[in-house]
Amino acid sequence: MEKTRPKRRAAIRVPALAGMALAAVLGLSACAPGGSAAPSQTTATFAGGTPTCGTKPVTMNAYFETGFPLPKALTDEFTKQHPNVTWNIREDQFAVITQNAARTLSDSAPDLMRLPSIADLAKEGLLKNLDGYATAFGWDKWPASQLEQLRVDKSGSRGSGSLYAQGLNFSLTGVFYNKDLAKKAGITGTPTTLAELDADLAKAKAAGITPIAQFNGGATGGLAFPLQQLMAAYGSPTSINDWVFQKSGADIDTATNKQAAAHLEKWVKAGYFASDVNSLDYAGMMSRFIGGKSLFIFDGDWESGNLDKQMAGKAGFFLMPSATAGGKQAAMSAPLTYGIAAGAKHADCAATFLNWVATDKTARSIAVKVGGSHPMGLADAYMPEVDSSTVTGQTLAAGATVSKDNGAMDFIANATNAIYAKSWTPQLQSLVAGRVSSDDLLKSVQSDYLSQIKQ
Amino acid sequence: MTGIVTTPEVATPPATAAARPERRRSTRRRSGRGALVGWLFLLPATVFYIAFVLWPILSTINYSFYDWNGITPATFVGVQNYVALVTQPELLGSIINAFVLIIFFSLIPTALGLVIAATIRGISGSRLAGIARVVLFLPQIIPLVAAGIIWTWLLSTDGLINQLLRGIGLGGITRAWLGDFTTALPAVGVIGAWVLLGLCTLLLLSGMSKLDPSLSEASRLDGAGAVREFLSITVPLLKAEIGVCITVTVIAALASFDIIYIATQGGPGNSTMVPGLQIFYLAFTQREVGLASALAVALMVLVLAVVLPIQRIFRGNDQ
Repeated sequence: MEKTRPKRRAAIRVPALAGMALAAVLGLSACAPGGSAAPSQTTATFAGGTPTCGTKPVTMNAYFETGFPLPKALTDEFTKQHPNVTWNIREDQFAVITQNAARTLSDSAPDLMRLPSIADLAKEGLLKNLDGYATAFGWDKWPASQLEQLRVDKSGSRGSGSLYAQGLNFSLTGVFYNKDLAKKAGITGTPTTLAELDADLAKAKAAGITPIAQFNGGATGGLAFPLQQLMAAYGSPTSINDWVFQKSGADIDTATNKQAAAHLEKWVKAGYFASDVNSLDYAGMMSRFIGGKSLFIFDGDWESGNLDKQMAGKAGFFLMPSATAGGKQAAMSAPLTYGIAAGAKHADCAATFLNWVATDKTARSIAVKVGGSHPMGLADAYMPEVDSSTVTGQTLAAGATVSKDNGAMDFIANATNAIYAKSWTPQLQSLVAGRVSSDDLLKSVQSDYLSQIKQ
Repeated sequence: MTGIVTTPEVATPPATAAARPERRRSTRRRSGRGALVGWLFLLPATVFYIAFVLWPILSTINYSFYDWNGITPATFVGVQNYVALVTQPELLGSIINAFVLIIFFSLIPTALGLVIAATIRGISGSRLAGIARVVLFLPQIIPLVAAGIIWTWLLSTDGLINQLLRGIGLGGITRAWLGDFTTALPAVGVIGAWVLLGLCTLLLLSGMSKLDPSLSEASRLDGAGAVREFLSITVPLLKAEIGVCITVTVIAALASFDIIYIATQGGPGNSTMVPGLQIFYLAFTQREVGLASALAVALMVLVLAVVLPIQRIFRGNDQ
């Protein structure tokens, strides 16, 4: 008894202390988070004339994506041409950038930053409005479709309104194929209709070759690539864009999209995808394709330079064929999005850099040779010579077809912040496992979409 | 995660008659200047505890009543976030997954750990015992992220596990273990079991080393075999250590994040989604800080609701 007494005393005091602390902390915390108002949507602060980087030393604060050499190659060249400008670059994986974008833009206001989906960021006033720069530099004379995805209107839907970001180049997706495996399967030319592509897939399967390696594991539902390509093969890219841009009344569960999803389901059931497609990640897909283990991948031209190097002469590219002979061809196409924080210190210099990327001859060559994709800018602007038999040559030529057919679409994964991770990916994985039908897949995604844009 | 707060032991002078006046004086001093000094000693730890434990918890509770994207001013929504928790089936599903993980993170390591610890103790004289201890504890010192990556490779289609299965003629059951709806959750569980087995073994082993050898000797003399001795002597006497093992590993299961984030990111579908991962997605992908906070608070309550009864069971008849 005697022994326990001091212990009990202490035991009484400790809760008292905790209670006091608790009360103090509660008192402090009884206020709404995010109290400091975010910077209001600024209209262009740029006053007039042509912005420059000046002549005084400037250190640009930049935030880039790890694993892609293009931005660094461009900033190095820019410094070579403008020695007063140096770069302080921080790099992260795209997933990390996505998660930190809002916080980074508001707290450390980078002058130039790789951006994920921009709608919310623009709506929250975190991005600099670039309209003033667009007028000053003449970006408004570029083909309108190039910058469409980078515009956000007052209600927060993309596709029209003020310009909030720029591109370092714009990418394009389609189908890459292994020439040796195609020959082995008895395939003689690239398909011109969806039925011909089906026949090629069947031939590969019959020859014992995995027809398609596609990443679809973890949180990356890569089957969204063939699905969206099939949607555009059956229907029009305009209605898909409306859905991605959150136009009112837009619906993904349409008749032609149902056909597309059913077609994808047919491919899954026919065993055209690698059997472990639900655990295959992007790097795994690339290593299998480059290693000659599968005939096709659905991917984008950011891999063109890489494939020209690693599979020199052995890889080819074609745009997804239409469901009808001679039909229009479409591709997912998006600018490699970079923006300026609303509170950036050197916004003029960042805008000057973005304009330089699209107009300088050396910069445009770097965009093609290092980035593998088409540079931004005027339709008749300088283009470097590219061998038309290379993958890079083929993807650049495909870009011309897509713009002729008006077939550029934004990626269905960009419709909302959560649609890819929380809706497309689990649904597509369930489709592979036969746990959801193609009809139900589109219904679920549409209902998730509606609940997400309501918030 | 759960800070163990030890109550400050106040020095107790021997309670003898001779010491009584001395004791009274010390009591008086404690309530005066001495107490102040005592509190001052406590101050640094208290400040850290408030800043890094209490404050974040209370902020989280505060956030959970708001609709907030993390940047712009928040709107007060009352208990709406908590209502959303119980009405969204995918959130409920993630909690069920966490309970399934208890089998792998908690029951298997504790049960296997007991058997292994008893075996190691049985051969404690040989050099093998030391090696076994090191080998079993090794997973504990490997960062969970690295463990996740290693196992992702082992469990892939052409990974070592499938190669072994093919080697022994079980090629028919090989699959992408982490990419299959039915096997992904158990596969993730196996990774957790592998990580936590070493911890449990070491804890139980240290408990066993404290057991009075005369007890086992007595049981042997009474004719008990190794199994009977294990069940009737070792396991009951290790109740406290088993309690610690179960508590720590159940918390690891319910609050799991790292292994799953690396191995499956919650996929395929939502088959390996757990509350920890769900909180992360809500806060950083969907930027719904309020709902994420509400789920975090619910998870904390859930862990306490599961762990406190466990504590009671294993402490119950200690004295």
